[in-house]
Amino acid sequence: MKITVDEEKCCGAGQCVLIAPEVFDQRDEDGIVVVLEPEPPHDQHALTREAAAVCPAAAIQVHDTP
Amino acid sequence: MSPNEQIRQYPLAYETALEPAAEWAELRATCPVATITVPDGSQAKLLTRYDDVRQMLADPRFTRKDLDGGTGNAQEAATTSAAADTSEPPFSVPRHGEDHQRWRRMVGKWFTAKRMAALRPQMTAIADQLLDEMTGRGSSGDLKAHFAFPLPVYVICGMLGVPAEDRDRFSYWSDNFLNLTRYSAQERQTAVGELVAYMSGHIAAKRAEPTDDLLSTLIEESSGEGEALTDAELLGTGIGLLVAGHETTANMIGKMVAMLLADRTRWERLLENPSLVRSTVEEALRFDANGGFGLRRFLTEDVEIGGEVLPNGTTVVCAMAAANRDETAFENAAQMDLARTPNPHLAFGAGPHSCLGQALARTELQVALEVLLRRLPSLELDIPATDLERLEGLLVGGLSEVPVRW
Repeated sequence: MKITVDEEKCCGAGQCVLIAPEVFDQRDEDGIVVVLEPEPPHDQHALTREAAAVCPAAAIQVHDTP
Repeated sequence: MSPNEQIRQYPLAYETALEPAAEWAELRATCPVATITVPDGSQAKLLTRYDDVRQMLADPRFTRKDLDGGTGNAQEAATTSAAADTSEPPFSVPRHGEDHQRWRRMVGKWFTAKRMAALRPQMTAIADQLLDEMTGRGSSGDLKAHFAFPLPVYVICGMLGVPAEDRDRFSYWSDNFLNLTRYSAQERQTAVGELVAYMSGHIAAKRAEPTDDLLSTLIEESSGEGEALTDAELLGTGIGLLVAGHETTANMIGKMVAMLLADRTRWERLLENPSLVRSTVEEALRFDANGGFGLRRFLTEDVEIGGEVLPNGTTVVCAMAAANRDETAFENAAQMDLARTPNPHLAFGAGPHSCLGQALARTELQVALEVLLRRLPSLELDIPATDLERLEGLLVGGLSEVPVRW
């Protein structure tokens, strides 16, 4: 799994950090999403998908890798 | 008359406080773009389907043309009631495009998930103290007055650096901003004037003697080079956050507890499995049928939505609570499922204008629930759930009281 984010779309809601704090963070200066784990380990996949699904700005894309 | 020709009075009628309006299902199925008359007598279009509401809210082209003074529901408040009476309000926040994004990022860093997590112990201490006081008075009482209301007020007052002793005045002003029907135009104008004077004085005091709070930091950043907030924007930010951070969460705590106690197996399930608190908070936000007026959008160009072209100039009301019960978006939407994941509900809106304070609200709701489960496991409603009364006319939606015993 690979994650990409669209910083322009990000509205700083922080849902991703609340759900998957090992994968996402927010920048201190403006609250914009930061990806800590662009290729999250297996045990983080479910939470990562959930974070992407509920992002109010649809700013997180999850790409499945073989 | 076909459903599409009928003009409905909005807000729609509800039979009981926790149940959805009977018309939602019909509207979603047969009339996704309904014509409504809102309390000020003007006409608007009402969206009730999940996809339509989400699309409209997330469309960066549209907000309110006359939005002034705050974010989210506070924005609604300022326009729909108070600010409508003043030709040029002295407070505002940038509403569109880059200016809005710049403002949002300056303020947004105060509402990150990490900052909210850091506030958790403080919130928990406040919640415990409120319950000490409430349980010290007996074995029953109004959970809203003694717990749900003061908790978010103390928290937002702390963030803004305003004294919590003034909370009764904030409550009055906030209610005045958010109530569509209770106050006369004269009362609204007076309340706006008082709140502007109060917040102006507070900002002047912070300018003179900065402390470690949100407004002091914004003032400091605004006095430097580059990005700057105008005085009107600073005032709009303070007023918006005070109003938005207050009544919305306070009412949601009360509604969440009422929903969980209305079918007490839900409460018992949480007692057995407190790890469900996070998903329960999300489900309460989704399941809340009493979500208030909804968010308005003003179309500045023609747009096709729900299979219909709505012309430039149309005002659209997005009924997030109706969208959150849409069966096409949520399996068993009429069931409250405390473990529902993912739960992409629209209670905080969507897109570039989605609620700035949502991490704060989520954290407060989680803390409130955790502390109640720990301290008052025997909690139950003191009246039948069907006797709970809605607050009428309030933009954000709420219950007038939440009578409980423990």
